[in-house]
Amino acid sequence: MALVGRSVPRADGPAKVAGTARYVDDLTRPGALLGATLRSPVARGRLRGIRRDPAFDWAGVTVVTAEDVPVNVVALIEEDQPVLASDEVRHAYEPIALVAAEDPVRLARALRALTPEIEPLPPVLTVADALARKAQIHGPDNVFATYRISKGDAAQAIASSPVRLTGRYRTHHQEQLYIEPQGMLAFWDANGAHLVGSLQCPFYVHKGVKRTFSLDDAHVDVTQAVTGGGFGGKEEYPTLLALHALLLAKKSGRPVKMIYNRQEDVEATTKRHPCEVTIESGCDREGNLSAVSIKVLMDGGAYVTLTPVVLSRAALHAAGAYRWEHVAIEAVAVATNTPPNGAFRGFGAPQTIWAIERHMDRIARELSADPLELREKNLLRVGDTTPTGQFLKESVGVQRCVEEARKASGWDKKRASLGAAAPTRPVSALLRRSAPGSSAPRKARGIGASVFLHGAGFTGSGERRLKGRVAIDMLRGPSGKKPLFRIRTASTEIGQGTETVFRQIAAEALWVSMDRVEFATPSTSVVPDSGPTVASRTVMIVGSIVERAARDLFARTENERQKGGGSFDDAALRLLAGKEPVVSEKTYETPGDVVWDDETYRGDAYPVFAWGCDIAEVEVDLDTFETTVLGFWAVQDVGKAINPLLCKGQIEGGTLQAIGWALNERLVVEEGRILNARMANYIVPTSLDAPRFTTVLVEDPYSMGPGGGAKGIGELPMDGGAPAIAAAIEHATGIVRDDLPLLPEDLFAARRTGT
Amino acid sequence: MRIAFVLNGKKRALDAPPLARLLDLLRGPLGLTGTKEGCGEGECGSCTVLLDGVPVNACLVVAGQCDGRTVLTVEGLGTKDGLSDLQDAFVKEGGAQCGICTPGILMAAHALLTANPQPGEGEIRESIAGNVCRCTGYQRIVESIRHAAKERASRESG
Repeated sequence: MALVGRSVPRADGPAKVAGTARYVDDLTRPGALLGATLRSPVARGRLRGIRRDPAFDWAGVTVVTAEDVPVNVVALIEEDQPVLASDEVRHAYEPIALVAAEDPVRLARALRALTPEIEPLPPVLTVADALARKAQIHGPDNVFATYRISKGDAAQAIASSPVRLTGRYRTHHQEQLYIEPQGMLAFWDANGAHLVGSLQCPFYVHKGVKRTFSLDDAHVDVTQAVTGGGFGGKEEYPTLLALHALLLAKKSGRPVKMIYNRQEDVEATTKRHPCEVTIESGCDREGNLSAVSIKVLMDGGAYVTLTPVVLSRAALHAAGAYRWEHVAIEAVAVATNTPPNGAFRGFGAPQTIWAIERHMDRIARELSADPLELREKNLLRVGDTTPTGQFLKESVGVQRCVEEARKASGWDKKRASLGAAAPTRPVSALLRRSAPGSSAPRKARGIGASVFLHGAGFTGSGERRLKGRVAIDMLRGPSGKKPLFRIRTASTEIGQGTETVFRQIAAEALWVSMDRVEFATPSTSVVPDSGPTVASRTVMIVGSIVERAARDLFARTENERQKGGGSFDDAALRLLAGKEPVVSEKTYETPGDVVWDDETYRGDAYPVFAWGCDIAEVEVDLDTFETTVLGFWAVQDVGKAINPLLCKGQIEGGTLQAIGWALNERLVVEEGRILNARMANYIVPTSLDAPRFTTVLVEDPYSMGPGGGAKGIGELPMDGGAPAIAAAIEHATGIVRDDLPLLPEDLFAARRTGT
Repeated sequence: MRIAFVLNGKKRALDAPPLARLLDLLRGPLGLTGTKEGCGEGECGSCTVLLDGVPVNACLVVAGQCDGRTVLTVEGLGTKDGLSDLQDAFVKEGGAQCGICTPGILMAAHALLTANPQPGEGEIRESIAGNVCRCTGYQRIVESIRHAAKERASRESG
């Protein structure tokens, strides 16, 4: 049997390659109208009215404004965001009104015939202005959330350290840029509200619809269509789009489909939070780390969305994969009048890992130490405690990741033979050597590393509160002879392989072939709430519930077989002959020794961490300052790979997003407006920009993980790419860059300050 | 205007505004939703189809340009139960994740392998450089195409 650990082809593969997989824009309903959104052109202002052009023929056009919204809030962490702005407009592109019409041409004309009348107010556009309370835009102090983590006495320990270093590290926005833009199809009938859409979390949408329309569970159905990528971008945002489509459908009495075009999608939906991290550290001359003090400052945008949770994860990863005896972390997120930032793969961790990894390179520079050796000397091990006091009792495979990455990449040799980072050779000398007319090489090569961790599952008490559920049904097969099994879960397939991996886990536990295990389309009227498809929790947390439910059904069938004889299938058919449906529903049980205190921010922040070491080899053109990634080694401790091929696909794809964040992507925001909201000018890596990856899976099993120890790895690969690239550029050129991105113009500007 | 062309091997004729996008004709009246729209400006390559064997962005080609020519879409490569060797390679080698860019990439790869049955890695990467994938990091896509080429070669030599 042994299905777990095998690279079985993905279950949804054939439909996707044949072009028959149905995404939301491939669906329609009879009589469906198309919907569009009227948005604010300004970052802040007071909405005085919406003018309708009297010359336009409004026949057959439905217009929805805030007055049509029963309860005008988007139910998320806080209810600060309206479904449609009714008074104060808080960011550019904020939805003000909705329009539906028969065809795209009428729709576009109707949208143009509406003009929002907004009296502008002075916006708060930067974190500094928010902290200075240039205007009061959220609560008394414009602060969304603050977290503090403390261990020992960091200030005192830093003061008494022989080597004290301070650095400030900034990261920028990032757009998820899933290739399928957001879309939703909505309709109403006697059973209430129905939605089919591109989304990660059916029950988030479900909750939002219930709140805005005051409906109960039974009168809202949310079904996931095949979804063309999410990366966090389809975590919280689809709720707003669903509410818009439902409002239009309700008022028009017709089904309504809303599909964003690319520009609208980039402008209106959430981005990765920009972040500034200040780190002060103390260590000895041999590079033994002692104490660190970290301040994290995040731009949340105009509404709370998921910002507190993102900030929390940022804080919990800020000290990196290292042993520190003394830690002080303070993390603050503020409101600005810019489009709300939200979930994006990594969820705050890439920002703080960037900072701590750049800081490790700063320490290595100061001590003239090998950056990988410095890291290795200070790695967390089994038996250590994290900044929150979490005791690491198992599955800390980081040492092996570093060893394998060092070996596979040829680190020692390349570190010695490439680069210009030796402190005796400042970048200015290198740049002089390659002045026009010089015969010296005009390209510089270097190699750099990062080491990182990512907590799998919800932060803190999240899983305990959530109580994710999964059901598996035993069903009569088509022939009536061989029973089938059907997994019902709210965990969605968004490209990462949920369907395939869950079927592998269940089939293995049931001792049946994979074709006898089905995966129900996630629909809130069919599946139990397994929690959202986020936080690297799908395989590790929800997969473990799948495994328990499958084992339960196996045990019940086996019990029947021992009582009544025959084969497993005979016994299963006897169970199916009973009156009651044969189903096993299980709820996640947080391991008893995982304890977290939200008040003090002490305890087990995550059930377990996944670990990684990335090594990048780059070549920098010294005339254009373009960086080419020549090789990339991603070595990551995944606990146990249920499907190694899919697992490597996650690591490579996530790593390229991190490389893109560093080398290609830059969101240009001016006056709270996005100036490059198109694929023509928001540049993501192509096949020619992507390096050849060497991906190595390290398996240090987690005792509570499914399939013999799987950990969550969806986000881990996003954490290490950018700092490894920056370190390689530093090795190649001596250019030290503490802020993202690392586009040619950034390196050109930074060369002057390079050490 | 009346437009007649060969679509996936079959003669088709329909009335369409001459400036209608080929993408909208395919997805609308012709009912072929396998071709996807990702950006509408020729940047993402999700709507790649072959026009007389050459990859084009169906969002930038208008109906009038297709008259008298041949168009091949993903539906013309194979079916869910009868996949082409290239489609099959994408399933086996992990070339598709979310799948939205996959039809376009398959068309670009199909054109490549038709013109160049044994491409090197650089040629493979070049051939799909107009198709953006945000999921895979491209490596499994490259492997899928390489795998299909290798299988074809071994079939022909065997």
